[in-house]
Amino acid sequence: MKAILELESVHKSFGGLHVTQNVSFSVMSGEISAIIGPNGAGKTTLFNQITGHLQPNSGRILLKGRDVVGQSPQKIVAQGIGRAFQIASLFPDETVLDNVKVACLSKLDQTRRFWRPVQAFRQATDRAYSILEDLGLEKQADRLAFELAHGDQKLLDIGIALVLEPQLLLLDEPTAGMSPEERQRTRELIKKLWKAYDLTLVFIEHDMDMVFGIAEKVRVLQLGALLAEGTPDEIRNNKEVVTAYLGEA
Amino acid sequence: MTMKPGPKYSAAVLWTLMILGFALVPVLMSSSYQLNLASHVLVWGLFAVAFNMLWGVTGMLSFGQALYYGLGAYFVGLMVEYLGSAWYLPAIGIGMLAVAATSFLLGLLVIRVGGVYFTMLTLAFGQLAWQITFKWYDFTGGDDGIQGITAPGFLQNPIAYYYFLLVLVMLSMWILKRMAYSPFGLMLRCVRQNPERVRFLGRRVRRNQLRVYIVSSLFAGLAGSLMAGIDNSIHTDMFFWTTSGEVILMSVLGGLNQFFGPFVGAVAIIIIEDIVGAWTEYWSLIIGSLIMGMVILFPKGLVGELHHLKLRMMQLKARRSE
Repeated sequence: MKAILELESVHKSFGGLHVTQNVSFSVMSGEISAIIGPNGAGKTTLFNQITGHLQPNSGRILLKGRDVVGQSPQKIVAQGIGRAFQIASLFPDETVLDNVKVACLSKLDQTRRFWRPVQAFRQATDRAYSILEDLGLEKQADRLAFELAHGDQKLLDIGIALVLEPQLLLLDEPTAGMSPEERQRTRELIKKLWKAYDLTLVFIEHDMDMVFGIAEKVRVLQLGALLAEGTPDEIRNNKEVVTAYLGEA
Repeated sequence: MTMKPGPKYSAAVLWTLMILGFALVPVLMSSSYQLNLASHVLVWGLFAVAFNMLWGVTGMLSFGQALYYGLGAYFVGLMVEYLGSAWYLPAIGIGMLAVAATSFLLGLLVIRVGGVYFTMLTLAFGQLAWQITFKWYDFTGGDDGIQGITAPGFLQNPIAYYYFLLVLVMLSMWILKRMAYSPFGLMLRCVRQNPERVRFLGRRVRRNQLRVYIVSSLFAGLAGSLMAGIDNSIHTDMFFWTTSGEVILMSVLGGLNQFFGPFVGAVAIIIIEDIVGAWTEYWSLIIGSLIMGMVILFPKGLVGELHHLKLRMMQLKARRSE
């Protein structure tokens, strides 16, 4: 197996606050892994550096072997990273269908077309519907995005990311704020999507059922540093991790 | 509750009614004044709809679209004045080319800044153009403007000019409406709602903003050049910030989120101005209070509230049939 994403001594600080400290790890192509850690451990900040929303002070971030540090999010997304956000990042006044469709039109490079109505673009419509079906959102296609339940908004966010056919998908707390039933459904859905879309998946999560239920590998961050890395079993039995994080949970 | 787009024929009915209504004005009118009023409605309506592509659709509040409106008007006025009325029609085209070039270059500058800075910068450029026109008396006629701008040939007939105007305005609105509902229009709405996400779809926000800035300015310029032939005159006020302000008001009043909202806003404001203006010399006070009242009563705008009402009725109907 080849590494799709490699972090080499990535360091980021805001003034005297070191939010990412010398973090190094490799994500293998096709794996599904979790990043856990207490609030403020720097999990989202790490994602932001991978996707170009923040620049690390030092270190390298290699995507398929090529350093992407210093590139804009647009450039990085074009190289095969997708991302869903902690707070669903949608187009609230558009329909659920159009939220996915605008991504499909982007992918097909049809967003400059200004004459025929959006409905006339069959290929984008079909693709959007098929993704909504995979997410179980097809019955809500005509509703406005802001009317959706919280959990469904997060799924829609993932749907938008999937359109761009990422090889590597980053999910920031996909089940945060969900009810236990929603969590269960989302957990199974994410596992299904991982297989169906042939993804490499990295997710940040506080829900331990999800972490230990579907991740093949778990990485623990604490105060910006990588505290441990291993299989779910190894992490469960790691004394440091238990003291630092799991013990409290 | 799902929101299904209305049947296609309802849009066709709306267009037919609107065109028919305006086409019948010369037949039904009792004085040439009403023709003049209808012409003003058409030109301002186009200007406001074009402006709303920028604000309501893409979320860019320009306070300087008068710059392009004035530019269109002055190209026609000055070319007719110095080269003769045969240049009337070519001047409309040349004016639009000039507007395209100007809006492209200025757009590169003003789009770099967002939010209120964009608004202020567009205002500054608009006022700059006003100052130049105002001060350059020998060429532009300064405060006096230019009178006696006449279209050539059969367009000298006010009724013929009115139909010429009607065709161009409706054609322009049709083009803008197609744009608004195309993938490009969807992209613009997405830019307004969540520019960060647009970037993360791999699309450039500023590039799209520049495109719509040019399109909106182009039709503002066309509206200005058509206005020159209605009153047969141009004046520096066309560049003034109050002209930019007028289309903002029309959009708010009619409804930002509806394509025809600003057009209806234009109709409402021009008719109110006309009625109140004939009735009292304190017309601006009355208009101010009236518009304030309307904005408070109908925060979604006239068309927006109507649309909202329609949705509510559909919901009620759906609930009753369940």
